[in-house]
Amino acid sequence: MTQEIAVPAAAELETARAHIESRRMHVISSAVRYFLLAGVGFIMLYPLIWLIGASFKTNSEIFTNPGFIPQEPTIDGYIQGWKTSTPYTFATFFWNTFLIILPKTIGTAISCAAVAYGFARFEFPGKKILFATLIATLLLPNVVTRIPHYLLFRDLGWLDTFLPLWVPSAFAGDAFFVFMLIQFLRAIPRDMEEAARVDGANTLQTLIYIVVPMLAPALISVCLFQFMWTMNDFLGPLIYLSSVDKYPISLALKLSIDTTEAFQWNRILAMSVLALMPALVVFFLAQKYFIEGISTGGVKG
Amino acid sequence: MARLQIRNLEKVYGNAFKAVHGISLDVNDGEFMVLVGPSGCAKSTTLRMIAGLETITGGEVRIGDRIVNNLPPGQRGISMVFQNYALYPHMKVRNNLAFGLKLKRRPKPEIEESTRAVAGILEIDPLLDRLPKQLSGGQAQRVAVGRALIKKPEVFLFDEPLSNLDAKLRASMRVRITDLHKRLKRDGLSSTVVYVTHDQTEAMTMGDRICVMKDGHIMQVADPVTLYNRPENAFVAGFIGSPEMNLLEGTVVANGGLTVALAGQPLSFGPALTDRLKAKDGDAVTVGIRPQHLSIAAQDDDNALEGTVAHVEFMGHEVYLHVDLAGMRLVAVVPSDRYNPADIHDDHIRLTPREEAVHIFDRQTGRNISLPPEA
Ligand SMILES: Nc1ncnc2c1ncn2[C@@H]1O[C@H](COP(=O)(O)OP(=O)(O)OP(=O)(O)O)[C@@H](O)[C@H]1O
Ligand SMILES: [Mg+2]
Repeated sequence: MTQEIAVPAAAELETARAHIESRRMHVISSAVRYFLLAGVGFIMLYPLIWLIGASFKTNSEIFTNPGFIPQEPTIDGYIQGWKTSTPYTFATFFWNTFLIILPKTIGTAISCAAVAYGFARFEFPGKKILFATLIATLLLPNVVTRIPHYLLFRDLGWLDTFLPLWVPSAFAGDAFFVFMLIQFLRAIPRDMEEAARVDGANTLQTLIYIVVPMLAPALISVCLFQFMWTMNDFLGPLIYLSSVDKYPISLALKLSIDTTEAFQWNRILAMSVLALMPALVVFFLAQKYFIEGISTGGVKG
Repeated sequence: MARLQIRNLEKVYGNAFKAVHGISLDVNDGEFMVLVGPSGCAKSTTLRMIAGLETITGGEVRIGDRIVNNLPPGQRGISMVFQNYALYPHMKVRNNLAFGLKLKRRPKPEIEESTRAVAGILEIDPLLDRLPKQLSGGQAQRVAVGRALIKKPEVFLFDEPLSNLDAKLRASMRVRITDLHKRLKRDGLSSTVVYVTHDQTEAMTMGDRICVMKDGHIMQVADPVTLYNRPENAFVAGFIGSPEMNLLEGTVVANGGLTVALAGQPLSFGPALTDRLKAKDGDAVTVGIRPQHLSIAAQDDDNALEGTVAHVEFMGHEVYLHVDLAGMRLVAVVPSDRYNPADIHDDHIRLTPREEAVHIFDRQTGRNISLPPEA
């Protein structure tokens, strides 16, 4: 008799213990996971944090103080860095970058939208071959085309101008963006465009009034990508620009390393922080659209 | 004011699939024409060719006195309502309505006036400043109709506009569209309509005439009453009417009068039917009897079909009897007050058709060979 009663009690105790055990395991495993994530995240961010901290240090402190909080914060690096060792201030380089990015981004958005619209919505002779060519250029390594490009632009007399840096992109030269927009368009039903045609819109009006607004999230991503990649492009300006007064930021940063006898690290770091700012600001402002543009391929509602 | 004429219209798609096989159809000015047929019978293809959204590979489409084959949709004088509404997602209702007029560069006051008028008719004025995603299905549908209306087109095209709505809303939209059509007609505005649906209730209740299609062919064009009473072929007979007409396979046994053997049971018909029937002994035929035209046979009536009752559905004012006739399924609809469970003996029941409502079709061609001459 006693045994019979004892058995269920023991079983109950067992399940309760198992329950507590499993909860504890859950808590531990979450703790471990978050700790790991936070740790790795911190490691990834560390260079950036250090960069910002170090840009406020004096040149000597950078090498003596391994931490990222400056002991004697100073903006000397920013002031001196901005003046640069050349006759130009950093403002010139920002302006140059702007002069490249603006036509490039706008041109990319317009030309890629038009080309993607053509591929996604129309049948024309040779479409298959042209599309295959597009994809092929997507897979082609950049280095392969560097020399032919250079020779071409030299013959055009475009060396040491901004033109080689933005003109190809403004004519839908970036196959990746075209491809991205085509994929996005494919997910949008054609009904709206057909309704517009019935309403009397021609092809161009349909593109401008109907397709582009529906493509907006994807187009914003395209602009953002183009913006960031152009900000970061080092090789292009290095190859095509020779006069210092035309240098964009990416080259200008390198400039301060070359020309000074003793490296003014605090200036370089300070200017690096400034160079990062536009991209960061734009990204945070447009984050919502950016993520929408790359993650969804359609319109809601 | 426009009449729509379709002559030998053909469509061969890019993959060499022939969707429309040379159809001809006249829609009179102010007429409400319904295209109906099962899924895939090329209703949409036909409509889209009229609209100009699909190229025409053969034949011609004429709106008013213009051949429109090579005109872009915007110049054909049509407007279209799509199944998925196809409202411009980034524009407010107001701009959705006005888009077509804006493209035509109409003066602003005129656009505003038209928008207000259309919004009033469709009761969408409180919605004018909303975006399409803030509308319910029924509201979006009304906006879509409004967008078609505002352009004052010569021909309205509808492609299954109600199929995304629930049954109740569909019924009310049906009435609304029919009313709208009447109103346009009364106001002397152009009101020629081509309306695509696969729902025969919509077709029967809305259409002045109905064009029944199958696999890219027109099976019959007629007003609802004619279509119901005088189907030209077995397909139309089976498609129109609810529950479906019973189509039973039989053989003609001409023994003086006319007897059709159905599942081994002879069913004799009087001279009224016999005389006009173009059939001879041994012909394979399909006998079509609407469920409503079958009644429970009297005790002494020998000319009846006997079968087993599979189940009985009580619908309120009517009773549906599902009867097994030696492997053939038969449905009979009898009014509730005429239904007496005692008529079923051991699951067996005897049914007799109303002779003047029976149709006999050639089984080979599907043609109705029993049509009486038109009155
Ligand atoms: N772009 C196309 N290419 C090839 N075949 C097509 C194309 N569009 C439609 N079809 C074919 O043409 C036929 C008619 O299609 P359609 O869309 O006109 O049918 P429907 O009567 O409107 O049907 P539903 O009631 O389902 O809308 C179908 O067999 C379909 O498979
Ligand atoms: Mg269809």
